[in-house]
Amino acid sequence: MSERTYLQAISDALREEMRRDQRVFVLGEDVGVYGGAFKVTLGFQEEFGPWRVMDTPLSETAIVGGATGAALMGLRPVAEMQFADFISCAWDHLVTVAAKQHFRGGTAVPIVVRLPSGGGFSGGPFHSQNPESSFAHIPGLKVVCPSTPPDAKGLLASAIADPNPVLYFEHKHLYRRIKAEVPDERYTIPFGEARVHREGDDVLVVTWGAMVHTAAEAAEELAKEGVEVEVLDLRTLIPWDKERVLEDVRRCSKVLVLHEDTRTGGFGAEIAATIAEEAFEHLDAPVKRIAAPDTPVPFSPPLEKAFIPQVEGVAAGLRELAEY
Amino acid sequence: MSTGTQTEVVMPQMGVSVSEGTITKWLKQVGETIGRDEPLLEISTDKVDTEVPSPAEGVVTQILAQEGETVEVGTVIALIGPEGAQPAQPAPQDAPTPEPTPAEQPRAEQTPAEQPPAEQPPVAQAPPAQAPPEPAHAAAQAAPSAAGNGKTFVSPVVARIASEHGIDPASVPGTGTGGRVTKKDILAFIDSGAATAPAPAAAPEPMPAPAAAPPPPPPAPEPEAAPATAVAPPPAAEPAAPRPPAAETVAPPQPAAPPPPPDAAPPPAPAPAPAVPAERAAEPVAGEMFEPMTAMRRGIAEHMRRSLDTSAHVTSAIEIDMSRVVELRKKLKPEYERTHGVNVTYLSFIARAAVETLKDYPWINGEIRADQIVTRSYVNLGFAVELADGKGLIVPVLRNAETLNLLGIAKGVTDIAQRARDKKLLPDEVQGGTFTITNPGGYGTIHGTPVISQPQAAILGTYAVVKRPWVVQDEMGQDVIAIRPIMNLTLTYDHRLVDGALAGRFLRDLRKRLQTWDESAY
Repeated sequence: MSERTYLQAISDALREEMRRDQRVFVLGEDVGVYGGAFKVTLGFQEEFGPWRVMDTPLSETAIVGGATGAALMGLRPVAEMQFADFISCAWDHLVTVAAKQHFRGGTAVPIVVRLPSGGGFSGGPFHSQNPESSFAHIPGLKVVCPSTPPDAKGLLASAIADPNPVLYFEHKHLYRRIKAEVPDERYTIPFGEARVHREGDDVLVVTWGAMVHTAAEAAEELAKEGVEVEVLDLRTLIPWDKERVLEDVRRCSKVLVLHEDTRTGGFGAEIAATIAEEAFEHLDAPVKRIAAPDTPVPFSPPLEKAFIPQVEGVAAGLRELAEY
Repeated sequence: MSTGTQTEVVMPQMGVSVSEGTITKWLKQVGETIGRDEPLLEISTDKVDTEVPSPAEGVVTQILAQEGETVEVGTVIALIGPEGAQPAQPAPQDAPTPEPTPAEQPRAEQTPAEQPPAEQPPVAQAPPAQAPPEPAHAAAQAAPSAAGNGKTFVSPVVARIASEHGIDPASVPGTGTGGRVTKKDILAFIDSGAATAPAPAAAPEPMPAPAAAPPPPPPAPEPEAAPATAVAPPPAAEPAAPRPPAAETVAPPQPAAPPPPPDAAPPPAPAPAPAVPAERAAEPVAGEMFEPMTAMRRGIAEHMRRSLDTSAHVTSAIEIDMSRVVELRKKLKPEYERTHGVNVTYLSFIARAAVETLKDYPWINGEIRADQIVTRSYVNLGFAVELADGKGLIVPVLRNAETLNLLGIAKGVTDIAQRARDKKLLPDEVQGGTFTITNPGGYGTIHGTPVISQPQAAILGTYAVVKRPWVVQDEMGQDVIAIRPIMNLTLTYDHRLVDGALAGRFLRDLRKRLQTWDESAY
């Protein structure tokens, strides 16, 4: 075990997979010589050479299209979008080709697309989004959203091993802020298994990504008031651990669904609807959602703070549920 | 009984012969606030489809009959509580209620809110608009164990736990918002052992008017599971609700307490299927589909059959040269539209001429009533109106049509036809017709044999105006063929009362008016 940042954990996992599997290679904008915009692949080109750490033109279409072709030919590409926001340029290759190839032709497309996502540092509307729900809606894609260094490592290893296209959303605000003990050896974390980040049985928070930490801080606030909040980190949205969520709903009976993505059509809506459908008789309060408002991410720091759910707001929501 | 300050909403009497109504739509749900006279629900009876206004201002605390359910007139279908009230609990069973005598339910002296007698249709009553919230609370306190939480929402999980343990949620002290019983509250209550001594009061209190209406099912949110066998099956709103463990609670749908009078209809079924009078059809075979008959369709079916069984239907037809009416209409239409906003149709002309003609033929505007022939000094003119969805027919009545000129008739027809389609007719407006006009010609048909609207003696059918080669005489008295707009009219009459010659003369006179009347005559 050693203490690693979230970013280091991602880097470690990638390096490890490249060392153990010749088919794994990375491609993206500035991933080679520069070591990646956030330095996840720093030193990779020196170790693995320019053919396995490929700098590409500024074309997300080419990156995902190329990765899809390489995967069809038997390789295990890990593509990096410099910012998750830019994946919209690769929508067609990802959604029309990669996601459907197995259904159309029976051939697997084992690609991983790394998506530095999320806000919290005044990145503005093009560099702060959390577009996971858009892709969660596309059958054929898997969606991973780790929140801790150990999960980041284990889930990236699983993503690379997975025979399907996997979107790996890594939250930029967690990169260097979140540190934890991470096993040194290789391990994988299966998809679809939620993790209890904090135990409690008064109110349940279902969340993922950076909001896990926001929820945990808010839960500490509530603990001072005698309310024990459980924070359940979904870790993967597709597949998501419905059984675990429902089990915890049955226990806690009051639920907050929290995400940093905007509210309408966010993945939280799916969770809330599922709870209403399948655990209605276990609810002791309406399912509550806290999410970003339906606007682009504002640039101005005070506005961005108002936009992204904050500890105080989440604590207030939890309090409301606790008192209901 | 928790209805001390609640206003009961009953299935209104929508006409003398109407005995039941089907709830087609609740416009307000439990917990929603409603103003007095604000539409609360839509009902469908065999006479009329209409909205039912709320008899009081406040909050809908209980809905006792679901959409699709057919209930007898006078059945309590909802409760309106004062502002601030919450969905009602089942009556606390563990407190002996003062006097469960159904005769003196209102107990108005207990509360400032005036409780009207349940037998009256609520549309006719007016409890004070702004009932203060206190009375509800006070009423809740009348039952000792319900203090403080008798008026809040019961969450699904609390309802389920209550049901599984046979607890009345109202008997649990609540600590949630507004005294709501939380999951923790009810679990603590069970842990404390308080729930192991359930109330002996098995039967719910008799409803205020047991003779008039079967007791409603329990409120939707909380399936009551006290050892009472006298509990209706879980409401349809919660199909997945686990049955209470005790076998006897899966029990007779009919409360034991007030035995229904022998002629009472069966209690409202919890399932949203309207009661069909005949025996139920077997399951559809492959390729067939079933849809439930609406109250209106059943009413039409019954009436059509009964009419043919009653009257000796005979139809006579006549051809009318509508040239003059066409010309007049061409002239009057823009004028009426501009100055009165009314579209004057051929039907208005025919109605006007028919009313005038009926004055000379009182039997055609008459009725056989037992061994008497009824004639009248007035004409209440019914118009068959097809409803917008093509799934029904209603015959609104223009009263005292003999007092109306063409403009008045055109206005009246436009108004009642529109309100028929909007389901805004009042019960009186579909009753008391003395003669009916039906216009199946809208789609080009030129002949038909309508069915008489009972107990009338005749029905006039109007058909498409069609241009035809027509033999007329020129100024020299020579026959020539001209192109004329021709309309067929039929009179279908009850041959018991109206002879063919009489009908023929009526049609002849009607034709004469339509072919000769000028503007001043209308």
